[in-house]
Amino acid sequence: MHPAPSVIFFTVFSGIGFGLLAFLGLGFPNVSGLTAFAFFVIAYLCAVGGLIASTFHLGHPERAMKAFTQWRSSWLSREGICAVVALLVMALYGAGLVFLGERWGLLGLIGTIFSLLTVFTTSMIYTQLKTIPRWNTPATPAMFMSYALAGGALLSGQITWAMALLAVAAIVQVVVWMQGDGAFAGSGSTLAAATGLGADGAVRAFEPPHTGTNYLLKEFAFVVGRKHGMKLRIIGIVLMAVLPVLLLAASFSHLIALLAVVSHIAGALTTRWLFFAEAEHVVGLYYGKR
Amino acid sequence: MTTLPQSTTRKLGLVIDLDTCVGCHACVISCKGWNTENYGAPLSDTDAYGADPSGTFLNRVHSFEVKPPILKDQPAPEAQLIHFPKSCLHCEDAPCVTVCPTGASYKRVEDGIVLVNESDCIGCGLCAWACPYGAREMDAVEKVMKKCTLCVDRIYNENLPEEDREPACVRTCPAGARHFGDFADPDSNVSKLSAERGGMDLMPEQGTKPVNKYLPPRPKDTLSEGAGDIDILAPYLEPVAQEAKGFLGWLDKTLEKL
Repeated sequence: MHPAPSVIFFTVFSGIGFGLLAFLGLGFPNVSGLTAFAFFVIAYLCAVGGLIASTFHLGHPERAMKAFTQWRSSWLSREGICAVVALLVMALYGAGLVFLGERWGLLGLIGTIFSLLTVFTTSMIYTQLKTIPRWNTPATPAMFMSYALAGGALLSGQITWAMALLAVAAIVQVVVWMQGDGAFAGSGSTLAAATGLGADGAVRAFEPPHTGTNYLLKEFAFVVGRKHGMKLRIIGIVLMAVLPVLLLAASFSHLIALLAVVSHIAGALTTRWLFFAEAEHVVGLYYGKR
Repeated sequence: MTTLPQSTTRKLGLVIDLDTCVGCHACVISCKGWNTENYGAPLSDTDAYGADPSGTFLNRVHSFEVKPPILKDQPAPEAQLIHFPKSCLHCEDAPCVTVCPTGASYKRVEDGIVLVNESDCIGCGLCAWACPYGAREMDAVEKVMKKCTLCVDRIYNENLPEEDREPACVRTCPAGARHFGDFADPDSNVSKLSAERGGMDLMPEQGTKPVNKYLPPRPKDTLSEGAGDIDILAPYLEPVAQEAKGFLGWLDKTLEKL
């Protein structure tokens, strides 16, 4: 799949933002006044910034409001609704903390639930696609949720939780890679099934339909940088989890926490790039690309 | 609404005969022509005369080679070249419809045609991700999703002569490799043809239940029978005059000696 920067930024930052909101909703850290204001600003910058980034890859962003209508069938629509509800509820909850010094626990809990639902619905947009066997597995929501929780714990300064959840995210990510590498072969989609010609012998793509490229090849047959896949996986997981855990274990200061956050985000962007770049769409079979 | 209908009154679709398709791409061109000049946003081309041309097509013809397995003590069998037109299969369980967040994509209850309401399309591209067949393409200029409409603006169009009220690709095919009809009617031309020739689904493992059916190529005649001499005209094509005679013969010999 073509790794569009807008979608990579969107999933990483909205995941971290809603992860932080989930912790804030439960009262971790238990802050009020200006400190609470600072935490909520960071959370909203990540979550809303990510959502705005996601509209950059739309052909007609001016019609984005229509995307709230099809929640009965569409995970993308459900995601939009969950995000708006989470942001509105958490804004009210945050206003209580910042301006009144009051913590409305039930409202926070509702906000936490919708924040986590937003991350879950985001992951289901990818998980539902049978056409991309690497994503079509329960491991995909597990990966998105573990990233959001680890990032949320890290940004909310819950050191012990952050170290544990970063380790969980790393383990889930490794499982996702190990499982994903055999997913296409295990899906049963082959050129023989795609053409129905397998009964007569070995099928080979002989000529593509056009001499030039097209939307399908650009969007679904992305292979650039795949040869560096293993190196990028190692870089990604070291930056995303290993280095932040080591930094947090060493000692705690605001500078070290900042370094841990920067490292985590850089790692998450790397692994998310791989999430898209390594995903193989079955339509590539017709073009002899699988 | 992007939930799929429980059932459709009719199931309009195509039968594509892989045995008779000659790979001329006439269906590709007539499709592009009709759908650029008529309903909906035109199918754009970018850098059409430059170094990296690209364009939107609703129908594309692939070519595949099928190599039968080599059996013991037999000469290697000839490979077959199969031309393979591919457009929207108007699936009964269309995954492209349910993923649409705006309701722009829908499957019609009256005839089963899968369409895009372009004024509702936000161009997110998710329906193209959900389609295993590559039947949907985002137009690079209009930024909306384009797909085969089964020429919905031809098949019901009373301004056209009756023989033209079928999809442009079917109307234009010079080999008669494309057939249009109603699969819900067991006595229709397409239902009968599909039953007779073993019409097959593409990627059945994806569970999309495509309406369009593909007819497999018939077995070919064996070319290697008859001790290898395959061209009965070959003896007549032997060179008649081996050596030049007369003036030219003399000139040839003289020039050889020089």
